[in-house]
Amino acid sequence: MNLALLIEISYFISAILFIVGLKAMSSPKSARRGMLWAGAGMVLAVAVTFFHAGMTNYGLMVIAIALGSAVAWWTAKRVAMTEMPQMTALYNGMGGGAAGAIAAVELLGPKEYGALLMSIGVLGAVIGTVAFSGSLVAFAKLHGLIKRTPRSVLVPAFNAVLALATLAGAIALVTVGHPAGGLALFFAAAFVLGVTLTLPIGGADMPVVISLLNALTGLAVGLKGFVIDNAAMMIAGTVVGASGTLLTQLMAKAMNRSLAGILFTSFGTDDGEEASGTGGTMREVDPTDAAIMLAYASNVIFVPGYGLAVAQAQHKVWELTELLEERGVKVKFAIHPVAGRMPGHMNVLLAEAGVPYDKIADLEEINAEFPRTNVVVVIGANDVVNPAARTKKDSPIYGMPILDADKAEQTIVVKRGRGAGYSGIENELFFADNTRMLYGDAQDVANKLIASVKTL
Amino acid sequence: MEGFVALYIFMLAAFTGYEVISKVPVILHTPLMSGSNFVHGIVVVGAMVALGFAETTAQQVIGFLAVFLGAGNAVGGYVVTDRMLEMFKTSDDPRSSNKGDQA
Repeated sequence: MNLALLIEISYFISAILFIVGLKAMSSPKSARRGMLWAGAGMVLAVAVTFFHAGMTNYGLMVIAIALGSAVAWWTAKRVAMTEMPQMTALYNGMGGGAAGAIAAVELLGPKEYGALLMSIGVLGAVIGTVAFSGSLVAFAKLHGLIKRTPRSVLVPAFNAVLALATLAGAIALVTVGHPAGGLALFFAAAFVLGVTLTLPIGGADMPVVISLLNALTGLAVGLKGFVIDNAAMMIAGTVVGASGTLLTQLMAKAMNRSLAGILFTSFGTDDGEEASGTGGTMREVDPTDAAIMLAYASNVIFVPGYGLAVAQAQHKVWELTELLEERGVKVKFAIHPVAGRMPGHMNVLLAEAGVPYDKIADLEEINAEFPRTNVVVVIGANDVVNPAARTKKDSPIYGMPILDADKAEQTIVVKRGRGAGYSGIENELFFADNTRMLYGDAQDVANKLIASVKTL
Repeated sequence: MEGFVALYIFMLAAFTGYEVISKVPVILHTPLMSGSNFVHGIVVVGAMVALGFAETTAQQVIGFLAVFLGAGNAVGGYVVTDRMLEMFKTSDDPRSSNKGDQA
């Protein structure tokens, strides 16, 4: 059989394995198997690629694969589950960077492409490069390397000008020609654009941004696949681009924000600006009394937010849950779609702590249960339980689907301090008659609750 | 590739991606995103071809970088996703065993 045909058939099989693998990820039971299939597809595709006729530089190729794999393997094995979002951002950025770099290699070469392929290639280069630098910024922000979020009215204007300049550069590359200097300028512009687009986006919007960057890299890879006539890249990239776009829309919807709003307006203030009080008083409770409330309840729902992850309290909260269940208390976890720093992040953190996934409910399943619940414990979450989303038309979060924690008989809010959430919006729930505030670090509080429940 | 055939492939692949993802429960959003992050690591294949045909030093350097980044994307994406999926269990399923799939 001729080698070129064998390569094509293998790419075809890889593409099928990717799709079937992703499909299998729609259920927790088959998800790991799905990943195994996708992995097999990747190994097959890489293996046959060595047999392309006329290639050289095999030594460099093997070294690059070994180095890249080793670095990624080492970091991916070591990273804590709470840091998963930034690592995903980083690996995603690497993919975008690879797509951009492929375009650079092709454009530096002697081969000439027709106007259509050239346009697709240049588009892929821009998207890949933006995804690359954007992901690096997202990584830096999530990892706490960049703390400030610049909020200037000039940023959108600057971005618009830069985007137009990049577009003009792209058109020039296609119509006029592509000298090395021009290429460097073009890639630099796209790189800076990715940085300035991502930099002003607030921490609370990160789940949407990561999801979007993932979709962009997929799209860039797909477009590159068309240019270099590689079916596996074409199909896998496009599938990821489309699925990523859908996921991004779901996330944006869960926050009741338009994608454009997230990208081009500054909303999440993470500088801790405090809004003026809505009046009323917050009532405190100490851990001993809170433990009594929990231990003698018949059902309890925990609402974990990012604060829980920051305090690494998920293991302690699960320990507390097991104690309560021994006493016959029914415990569930309610998770808002945007809890954590990437879509579904909180589910992963709870799973890591050993919480079985049938105890974890999402918003639609559990909202009807809050009125029948004795005690709701909100840990490190704020905006996702803010009733203003249902009632206050002028609130920035009005219309956002929330967890109805305020409808339970009693609510305990575990919180580090009195400040408002990421959005800087005052939360009426904290002032409600049946709400008790339990101040402190989530892990600390969980420890105290465990100790108190044990003595009862 | 013929322009229109490519367009059809693009359209069908986009619908496939949309369809495959639309039924995924919230609990799997992170592994799924991470999994699709792995899948676009297929870019490493294109990077290998680009490096394989690179002639000038500049092309070799950038091609090397492309392969390095692509391989990192694929391997990192896979390991992270697998670690996450390893953790999902039900209450019936004794926590000790990670051997995975029910038949």
